[in-house]
Amino acid sequence: MSPRRTPAPPPGELRDSLPFPKAAKIELANVQQRANLRHATHTIRAKRAQVVGELDDWEALRTAGAQIKDRVLRNLDDYLEQLEASLTAAGATVHWARDAEEANRIVIDLVRATGQDEVVKVKSMATQEIELNEALERAGIAAWETDLAELIVQLGHDRPSHILVPAIHRNRSEVREIFLEEMGTYGEAAPPDLDDEPAHLAAASRSHLREKFLRAKVAVSGANFAVAETGTLVVVESEGNGRMCLTLPETLISVVGIEKIVPTVEDLEVYLQLLPRSSTGERMNPYTSMWTGTTPGDGPQDVHVVLLDNGRTTALADEVGRKALRCIRCSACLNICPVYERVGGHAYGSVYPGPIGAILTPQLRGLGSKVDRSLPFASSLCGACYDVCPVKIPIPELLVHLRHKVVQEKAAHHEVHAETAAMKATSWIFADSRRMEAALKLPSFGGKVLRGRLNHFGPLPYPASLWTTARDVPVPPSESFRDWWARERGGQR
Amino acid sequence: MSDARPAAGLRVALFATCVNDTMFPGTPIATLRLLERLGAQVEFPTQQTCCGQIFTNTGYYDDALPSVRTYVEAFEDYDYIVGPSGSCVGSVRDQHPILARYAKNPALEQAVARTSARTYDLTELLVDVIGVTDVGAYFPHRVTYHPTCHSLRITRVGDRPYRLLKEVRGMTLIDLPAADECCGFGGTFSMKNSDTSVAMASDKARNVSSTGAEYVVAGDNSCLLNIGGVLDRQRAGVQAIHLAEVLAHTEEDAS
Amino acid sequence: MTSAREEILGRIRAAKQDLDLPPVEVDWVYGRTTGDPVHRDHAQVVDLFVERVEDYQAVVDRAGAAEVPGRVVAALQRYGATSVVLPAGLPDDVVAAIRDAGVEVREDDHLSPAQLDEIGAVVTTSAVGFAETGTIVLDHGSGQGRRALTLVPDIHVCLVRADQVTTDVPEGLAREVDSIRAGQPQTWISGPSATSDIELSRVEGVHGPRTLHVIVSEG
Repeated sequence: MSPRRTPAPPPGELRDSLPFPKAAKIELANVQQRANLRHATHTIRAKRAQVVGELDDWEALRTAGAQIKDRVLRNLDDYLEQLEASLTAAGATVHWARDAEEANRIVIDLVRATGQDEVVKVKSMATQEIELNEALERAGIAAWETDLAELIVQLGHDRPSHILVPAIHRNRSEVREIFLEEMGTYGEAAPPDLDDEPAHLAAASRSHLREKFLRAKVAVSGANFAVAETGTLVVVESEGNGRMCLTLPETLISVVGIEKIVPTVEDLEVYLQLLPRSSTGERMNPYTSMWTGTTPGDGPQDVHVVLLDNGRTTALADEVGRKALRCIRCSACLNICPVYERVGGHAYGSVYPGPIGAILTPQLRGLGSKVDRSLPFASSLCGACYDVCPVKIPIPELLVHLRHKVVQEKAAHHEVHAETAAMKATSWIFADSRRMEAALKLPSFGGKVLRGRLNHFGPLPYPASLWTTARDVPVPPSESFRDWWARERGGQR
Repeated sequence: MSDARPAAGLRVALFATCVNDTMFPGTPIATLRLLERLGAQVEFPTQQTCCGQIFTNTGYYDDALPSVRTYVEAFEDYDYIVGPSGSCVGSVRDQHPILARYAKNPALEQAVARTSARTYDLTELLVDVIGVTDVGAYFPHRVTYHPTCHSLRITRVGDRPYRLLKEVRGMTLIDLPAADECCGFGGTFSMKNSDTSVAMASDKARNVSSTGAEYVVAGDNSCLLNIGGVLDRQRAGVQAIHLAEVLAHTEEDAS
Repeated sequence: MTSAREEILGRIRAAKQDLDLPPVEVDWVYGRTTGDPVHRDHAQVVDLFVERVEDYQAVVDRAGAAEVPGRVVAALQRYGATSVVLPAGLPDDVVAAIRDAGVEVREDDHLSPAQLDEIGAVVTTSAVGFAETGTIVLDHGSGQGRRALTLVPDIHVCLVRADQVTTDVPEGLAREVDSIRAGQPQTWISGPSATSDIELSRVEGVHGPRTLHVIVSEG
């Protein structure tokens, strides 16, 4: 076996990750990461709130953002055919991929056809999702991530933990160490006197990647939007690495999820206001690139678009779950989420972490793995995610919907366990107030026996210990409200 | 002589909620006394049990349906149903229609549409229906208010609790840092993801303690159970109390 | 064997059977200004544009039309640019002033990326500006050059006429819709290249030009 060309990611498959609660326990113990995440999420929340507050019609924009995506999803087949036709007319070649394996094979074949053995990459969630880099590596093709955060993750033999800022779990001194340690192995080394000033770290990435940009013949990107009527693809970025990849090479391969469509050029006015303010908390991101097939004399002349399903049509078939396909990958729900803030992205066992990941991943991958079945429960249902979502995905509603699917899935496999039995028993009690009254009179209800001796429980045995390791619990009262009512207002209804 | 009290002539059904009924009876009692003080005629339909949220939010739709039916039967005759819980009221309004659709039961859907639309959080009933913010309460303490997630983002009570609290005599209301962040309760979330829940609850308790308040007030006893549980374990000396109990409190109670 | 295309389209048609309904209505009036600037007059819009571009740590220079060539030369000298690439279609007086100033001028005769990397600066015109977001749009028409020109050199001096400044994204995009439909690429520039990838603190200057100098001309 020939040696690897690019840094190896951590071993193991993402979908074999620990279930969320177990992974979260490990992540919560990482004090440095918790501090990094807290700082980063609070910074971005404040920035977002400020720039969103500048637009009087933000709510109308959100509504339009949701409606345009719903329109696309309702007629997705027609829009895809329209997109294909306009791309073809504009000089691009369109490919269709049912799943990750097919998409990866298409990209590998396209790269091989150029005779090249390396590609530069624009940050792209779709290619993360299909794990393209490792497929290329196995095919002997080196894929170089060029977004700063993706570079930090790749050089750090790490996995992304955020949609927008994949290295959000790292602080400046960790980044410095990764750069000093790894850059030289894969290209231009970091200056030995590199300090942890973010500007100097960014400069080190500029030098390291410059030679790769200048020599690259093939680039791989995703797209934030694909305009059906014109075949125009849009990439929104900050650093200029996207422009380098989209402009300098001879061949450009874009892997685009089939839900990335917007119908018309005019629709971009909605999303190009919603996205930057929601994601980086800026009025506009530094660079937005649009290209329509090929342009003679300007940019790649060999342009390919791979339209990717990979579970999206399964999500589309779920009339509640399909709302997750509106997502424009802004990350606002991650940044606001109290669970994400404390646990970070790795515990989600997916390239899509946070609230959107908890509803998207189990739909794209199915409920076959333990981690996927645990994700819909990785939320306190606090609802903050919905309020910041620029396309109004009712994330809490989808979480609950998917919890129901998990319960159904378990029932279908005859997984009757303590929770199922407890829910059934309690449901039976709540079906009739007389049963509830009877249950309250049982000695096991506790209060009657213990009342007067103490008024708080300390630590209790499992499963109550899940609660009482950190909290006291008041002893139940000696009289329920309905008993009080009967005593005080007996005879009234 | 006609009754000049603001809620005179208003007939209200009290939705106690199962948590309050069994664990925190003081809260529905306070709600009852407060509304009666304002002149309302309050009834407690004893067929009521629970909103079903614990089942719904854990994914057990079929087990939630009996509670939805019980709710409809208990409250279908009332124009005003009031619950001292932003969370349970939110569940009635948001989740009962979803469950009725799930049951493919058009009659239940229609019934739910009526009861859900007529269900109010206590603060909504006071401010919007009765039209009062000064309810004659007296609570001579330093207090901080935690807006629970469901009252804030599901039931959307907005600034009503603050408007009510500002009128309470003798009280000092202190801003809670990061007030709108979740306390980590989340129903079965606190059991299924107990480590994350504790991390969130600890941060909330720290923010509460930092205010120097004697009481942390909220519109949901389940969240107060969570926050208060951490505060008690830490011997923080801050008491958790439901908003209804603060608003029901008068100078006569104090003397 | 069914092709991937047929299979995906088939899956979609099967998936949305419950959606056999008319298209979703979109409650949005396109091309109308959205933010605060709607009530401003054009001079205020230009002021806002300048303020917002400066917010990104770009340098903004306001000049009368006749002053532009001198300001371009001053900018190149200020940053110590010894060579500059000039796209076809740049105003003659600007080109002449740069040549007169002794800056080495390169024309874009199929320069390779590596050759572009040897050039210190680029001077271009632009298509549209958005005040609300501080954005400059290049549609790579005459005077703006192909995309690589404004990317590889480290200094970008960009000329914007006041009459090209619109209030915001909807108004500005409306002016560019025909160009996009005609297949022209677009580059929207809001300040110099930047990153917030380390601790979400913004750092200006990564791969794209680290210096963006904008000359807004009036009259």
